[in-house]
Amino acid sequence: MLFFSFFKTFIGKTVTVELKNDVIIRGKVHSVDQYLNIKLEDIEILNIESCPQLMTLKNSFIRGSVIRYIQVYAIDVDCEMLQEAARREYKELKKVAK
Amino acid sequence: MAGNVEQPLDLILLALDEEILVKLRGDRELRGKLQAFDQHMNLVLSDVEETALKVEVDNETGEELIKSVKRKMPMLFVRGDGVILVAPPLRTA
Repeated sequence: MLFFSFFKTFIGKTVTVELKNDVIIRGKVHSVDQYLNIKLEDIEILNIESCPQLMTLKNSFIRGSVIRYIQVYAIDVDCEMLQEAARREYKELKKVAK
Repeated sequence: MAGNVEQPLDLILLALDEEILVKLRGDRELRGKLQAFDQHMNLVLSDVEETALKVEVDNETGEELIKSVKRKMPMLFVRGDGVILVAPPLRTA
């Protein structure tokens, strides 16, 4: 749930998603779900030469499992809070496992 | 410090806020500071340098050249299904 909450804070912000087939898409996050499927708006394909057929897309739903990376702007991330949330989440996970 | 390491993921917890090396599927490696992780090994890294190994075939000789391409990213989410290993960085670079 940590990364689901993390990406919910990016709704309305611009991110760059790199897919496992090397397509790179920049767009504004419209929504995200628990599988980290992501819907992007106002998209732009950054390496259009490798996939010209995608040029006309405006919005896209991306299945979480085909994502390799998501680049975000560092200014949108509170590192201290994120680390604390990761520690808390891990503690919860261990508690449930016992 | 290492006294309470019982499970593999405990080591990742200790690496929070530290520089790590991540080996990924598709001949890629990342170095960066670990900001977050979960049980799937989804990660968030900051000040990341990616090294991707690419094979290029020389047009004249037909030789295969292995080229490493580096790029930097300030803040990066990495999906866990691509992660092969997480380690402290090698002190060579």
